[in-house]
Amino acid sequence: MTRKQKRLSVIIGGLAFLGAATGLIFYALGQKASYFYMPADLTTASVQPGQRIRLGGLVEKGTVVRGEGATVAFSVTDTHKSVKVIYTGILPDLFREEQGVITEGSFGADGVFVADSVLAKHDERYMPKEVADGLKAKGVWQESTN
Amino acid sequence: MVETGHFALVLAFALSLVQTLVPLIGARTGNQRLMAVGGPVTVTGFALTALSFAALAGAYASSDFSVASVWENSHSLQPLIYKITGTWGNHEGSMLLWVLILTFFGALVAVFGSNLPATLRANVLAVQGAIGATFFLFILATSNPFIRLNPAPIEGRDLNPVLQDLGLAIHPPLLYLGYVGFSICFSFSVAALIEGRIDASWARWVRPWTLVAWMFLTGGIAMGSYWAYYELGWGGFWFWDPVENASFMPWLAGTALLHSAIVMEKRSALKIWTLLLAILTFSLSLLGTFLVRSGVLTSVHAFATDPTRGIFILCILTLFIGGSLALFALRASRLTAGGLFHPISREGALVLNNLFLTTATATVLVGTLYPLAVEALSAGKISVGAPFFNLTFGPLMVPLLILVPFGPLLAWKRGDLYAVAQRLMAAFAAALVAMLVTGLFVNGASVFAALGVGLACWLVCGALTDLAVKSGFGNVSPAIMLRRFAGLPRSVFGTALAHLGLGLTTLGIVGTLCFGTEKILSMHAGESVELSGHTLRFEGLYPAQGPNYSEDRGRFSLIGADGGIAAEITSAKRFFPVRQTTTTESGIETIGFSQLYLSLGDQGTDGSVVVRLWWKPLVTLIWGGGLVMMAGAAMSLFDRRLRVGAPSRRRKQPAAMPSAGVP
Repeated sequence: MTRKQKRLSVIIGGLAFLGAATGLIFYALGQKASYFYMPADLTTASVQPGQRIRLGGLVEKGTVVRGEGATVAFSVTDTHKSVKVIYTGILPDLFREEQGVITEGSFGADGVFVADSVLAKHDERYMPKEVADGLKAKGVWQESTN
Repeated sequence: MVETGHFALVLAFALSLVQTLVPLIGARTGNQRLMAVGGPVTVTGFALTALSFAALAGAYASSDFSVASVWENSHSLQPLIYKITGTWGNHEGSMLLWVLILTFFGALVAVFGSNLPATLRANVLAVQGAIGATFFLFILATSNPFIRLNPAPIEGRDLNPVLQDLGLAIHPPLLYLGYVGFSICFSFSVAALIEGRIDASWARWVRPWTLVAWMFLTGGIAMGSYWAYYELGWGGFWFWDPVENASFMPWLAGTALLHSAIVMEKRSALKIWTLLLAILTFSLSLLGTFLVRSGVLTSVHAFATDPTRGIFILCILTLFIGGSLALFALRASRLTAGGLFHPISREGALVLNNLFLTTATATVLVGTLYPLAVEALSAGKISVGAPFFNLTFGPLMVPLLILVPFGPLLAWKRGDLYAVAQRLMAAFAAALVAMLVTGLFVNGASVFAALGVGLACWLVCGALTDLAVKSGFGNVSPAIMLRRFAGLPRSVFGTALAHLGLGLTTLGIVGTLCFGTEKILSMHAGESVELSGHTLRFEGLYPAQGPNYSEDRGRFSLIGADGGIAAEITSAKRFFPVRQTTTTESGIETIGFSQLYLSLGDQGTDGSVVVRLWWKPLVTLIWGGGLVMMAGAAMSLFDRRLRVGAPSRRRKQPAAMPSAGVP
């Protein structure tokens, strides 16, 4: 092979490699990225049972019920609609009623959201950013000046 | 004292402008006196920044709540250590730490760079000054830590309880030493582009800085991972959180840079690529700073968010990344391309390493920024988490790890793959045995687990093979071999240690992910639970009082083989009244390289408590491997060749080649 051919083959090899990696990235983004919804969004969006999503909102007051062992049931609301969530595990320290929360999981056939993780990541106002943005968009919650 | 610090910060900003302009003009006009201004100005700038930082730390240590930043992030009842570490446990203070480290590295170049060509030194200091100037301006304009409150509050609002830990003392300084350390490589690259000249001595200068920055970044990431592991109580060591990714991207790019700089130094090849990598690595560090500090991403690390800050950092980002890349586009063609090499050679292996690492960096970058892009296009909100990274990052890393042992054994210019494969036979056999033993004799081992253990063993044995081959194992008598071993260049040990550390980390990850077990249950006092052969008895909850918190301690006993108590483990729920916040302190018992990890959940009405426990086999190797990698980098730093100011001497080792050889 001449020098030129050699260089060309290296470049083609590199591009093929990058192409494969890019393909993999797009495939993974399509398959593995999970969308974020608030309860009211679910009436318009078509979410299949079993499809992984993130569900965010406020923990509705008076709905937290501790069941057998470490199972907890509660409702997530955006004040327009609420969705029942079941979670088995340890709730984060920042989980509390009427505070923002993001749950990740999928709907069962009975319409109950089965979460495998509950996040209460927050800024000082105990409000996850997505939830705050969503609530602001719905005109429910205003940023306090505090 | 606080005003002195404020004043020093303003002066440091002014000096950084001098540091940018005067040496730059000097270098362009060839004026020696103007160029010589750079050194003293840089050192003075560092001294002033240090004074400013000390003033802020002093305000924190003495709980001076008339300073807004102290009031927001400290409390008089906090232990002194957390008062001091609280200095950088908030946005303003951590930015001050950022510039302190930046000016520190600049001062190091000024002090130890006396044997650099005068124009290169002047240009490097000027670029370093420009980075400093923008960040000083950023701090003074949007994040001033010295703003006073009048009237002064009597009591502070307490440091975020999650940050009240020794981890805060170690993790951010290490991480910043790494992040900001790459600014030197960036400055050298931009300086080389300004001059339009680059040679092997440039690489000899840049490599130690890359090593230092990489070493600290490795330590910072490992420490951060361990901190999150024990502090957050989730038992995970890596979450693919945007902020973790922000530190991981410069690490991946920096690892690539570390390797390409070797090729450039030894063989004068890959010059332009190395330059570009140095620019990209620091750009990723800046991007990381932007992601963390602007609050555009939801993350455990997001502090107060302020849109003006985000826009300011975005401007800095555009200025430096855009500017340096534009300069690169203009000037790169003026740089001469270096030596040629056969695809199967040490250079070829290092190019392959770079291809994999940069692609992996791009993968992480896409995964981190994709949610932002989707949101900017109003196409909904999405999150990209571990499933995405496992699917994309994993397949890129596995072939890279398989190839690692080949690299150091290949010869420069043209290597003999067959001979290298023969030398690696023993390592391959060991990996195969480890794989079979895991697959056949360990309960519950999947095919993936067996392959993972084999891969880790392959890496470890490959690193040892490298040392054995280079000391002449099998060819010479043991006595000569020992002498050769002792006489090997430090950088050879460095390489072997770093690759060994990589193998250990891999083993730790495989062990934890594939053989770890987990149980969640609700327990009453006196009840016992068994997990992977370990019996734990819950002794009960006991209230206790800390300096600025109250806690419920759950006491557990690990029952030994003889039925007695082998160890006591305590996990606690801490309540911090000032912030009305609860944190979980996990209880960890280290057994060999493995750990028993438990954390308390909520209390039930019947006096029971939810307990989550994990058995994490070999988990300590994840961070232990990181320490070994750091040791490898330190070892390489002490290589005679790289020692700053050491007179160059022809090395005696036969593998050494004159660096100018072009076929």
